[in-house]
Amino acid sequence: MDATALLDRYERMNVIRRTEKAAHDLFLQGLVKGTTHLAAGQEAIAVGASAALRPDDYVFATYRGHHHALARGATPEECLAELMSRATGLCKAKGGSMHLTKAATGMLGSYAIVGSHLPMAVGAAWSARLRGTEQLAVAFFGDGATNIGAFHESLNLAAVWKLPVLFVCENNLYMEYTPIADVTAVPRPAADRAPAHGIPGEVVDGNDVVAVEEAVGRLARRARAGDGPSVLEAETYRHFGHSRADPAAYRPAEEVERWLKHDPLDLARGRLAELGVGEETVAGADERARAVVERAVEAAKAAPPPDPREALTDVWADGGAAWRT
Amino acid sequence: MADVITYRDAVAEGIAREMRRDASVVCLGEDIAAAGGVFKTTTGLLEEFGPGRVWDTPISEQAIVGAAMGAAMTGMRPVAEIMFSDFLACCWDYLANEIPKVRYMTGGQVTVPLVVRTANGGGLGFGAQHSQATENWALTVPGLKIAAPATPADVVGMLAAAIRSDDPVVFFEHKGLFATKGPPPPPGHVVELGRAAVVREGADVTLVALASTVPLPLKAAGVLAGEGIEAEVVDLRCLVPLDAATVLASLGRTSRLVTVEENPYQGGWGATVVSVVADEGFTLLDAPVRRVAGECVPLPFADSLEEQVIPTVDKIVTEVRRLAAY
Ligand SMILES: Cc1ncc(C[n+]2csc(CCOP(=O)(O)OP(=O)(O)O)c2C)c(N)n1
Repeated sequence: MDATALLDRYERMNVIRRTEKAAHDLFLQGLVKGTTHLAAGQEAIAVGASAALRPDDYVFATYRGHHHALARGATPEECLAELMSRATGLCKAKGGSMHLTKAATGMLGSYAIVGSHLPMAVGAAWSARLRGTEQLAVAFFGDGATNIGAFHESLNLAAVWKLPVLFVCENNLYMEYTPIADVTAVPRPAADRAPAHGIPGEVVDGNDVVAVEEAVGRLARRARAGDGPSVLEAETYRHFGHSRADPAAYRPAEEVERWLKHDPLDLARGRLAELGVGEETVAGADERARAVVERAVEAAKAAPPPDPREALTDVWADGGAAWRT
Repeated sequence: MADVITYRDAVAEGIAREMRRDASVVCLGEDIAAAGGVFKTTTGLLEEFGPGRVWDTPISEQAIVGAAMGAAMTGMRPVAEIMFSDFLACCWDYLANEIPKVRYMTGGQVTVPLVVRTANGGGLGFGAQHSQATENWALTVPGLKIAAPATPADVVGMLAAAIRSDDPVVFFEHKGLFATKGPPPPPGHVVELGRAAVVREGADVTLVALASTVPLPLKAAGVLAGEGIEAEVVDLRCLVPLDAATVLASLGRTSRLVTVEENPYQGGWGATVVSVVADEGFTLLDAPVRRVAGECVPLPFADSLEEQVIPTVDKIVTEVRRLAAY
């Protein structure tokens, strides 16, 4: 990857990191209700994968999906406004943190039922095939989702129908509070099981944006060529706990330290230096990211709350919610 | 076309008509292609439309309905079959959490124009895990439309409306009706969702029924007519949208109400109809309302036992006599 491209990926990751930090701070200020599942530490997967995709490809994500929404074209302002229950939110404040969706740019949703979106991605890939486009569908999910029935149903169906779908597992070692290894019989919960369904399973350093982009690009080409689905297991680590309620005290200190040293932004910065990109240029990207997120926070704060009448719209295609005559 | 058509054949006919007019309509489900469906409700579709539009799936109810959802979100109009309605429980996440909520929680960004067809109800002696009337499961979920036709012509007309609908529709085909016959629908026949039909007129009591229970009040009405009681029979056709207006209008003529449903009394759709009537039609009533419904037990196997727990003509006649005397 050349320096210009890498600087672009770096800046995108930086915007995500700062947006996550903003979400965290706004929660502490009482401006974000409910809960958030921050993806700080996992930015390289969203940014690397998105950079390898076409703009018209489909992405399905989990409740830990801020990074995917942002990587797929949602603005920090729309996302933060959604978290802050503002009328200008990405989903008109009807979705919230766990459901960031931007259909217009192929971000077809964030789903809070673990594993539920894998069959949807299979369906979107099937639809692409039926319509004769060369679109792909990508499902991003956690390691915990690999023990859900829908995971296995999806891999099998995608394999027998040879569909252009990529299953990207973000293995951050924990399914909520329990280490995935304690509840899973194989060491690589996604990649190890792929061959059992007749699908290749690969492992990649999920904190290395260059490696992720390269791997997704390769698997995407394979899928577009008609060679079917694949599984990519990206090894990564979340910086925060599972959700707002979780201080993550169950994680061994040296494990946390080791992973924090393997931070996706630091890795990218190191690579930029190797490519001869000066510190000032990198600082410029930092500054642009900072300014974007700062403006987003201010704009979201200034936005009005939703019109209460919105509570009774958008159930049906006619815009309404009437269930009777 | 012949001058009568079975309910079973009407299903394939209804799907085929829509597949002919709209290339985005595709079918998926277990055994639906070469085998023509376990109830032979998709016979001929593979032959006419080929494997590119009629897809056999593994036994993967979550993947069937979840994939249908993904396809519907991205430009197709899938018609998914869940073999027996009891198996909806295996993909309940999609019906309860995913399909009906995605439009709302994305602020209207996503449309899910799909149909989930399924064989519902008892009457064939399949035992407790293949005989339930489950339309009430769907009725508890905001965001699903629920269709349950009683005649072959309605099967075709309501399938047309369901497949063309931009909203998700759960389409309950009743197992006990598959072999019944009726006049074939004319070309282009469409029955708008949410329009009940008054299938028999009468001035003394309104009997509200759905799918398998429509023939029962019609027969009961014959018996009652011999006693000088004229029953009006309303076929609801859909639970969502619910045609409460037709029920209330009928009650304006008859002032007495009995709902007839196959599912258990507990939480049944009749309770919703009755509550709307109590709320908005109380002054129309001259007697208490009655619900003839299934007993709150799993469906037993033997015919003689099954008869004890699901609505019958006799049970309806008995309730109506009591109301008439009130
Ligand atoms: C079907 C289901 N079961 C349980 C939960 C509760 N839950 C939410 S997140 C989670 C852990 C998921 O872990 P993983 O898939 O590894 O994703 P990560 O949070 O690491 O991104 C659990 C158990 C749920 N949302 N859905």
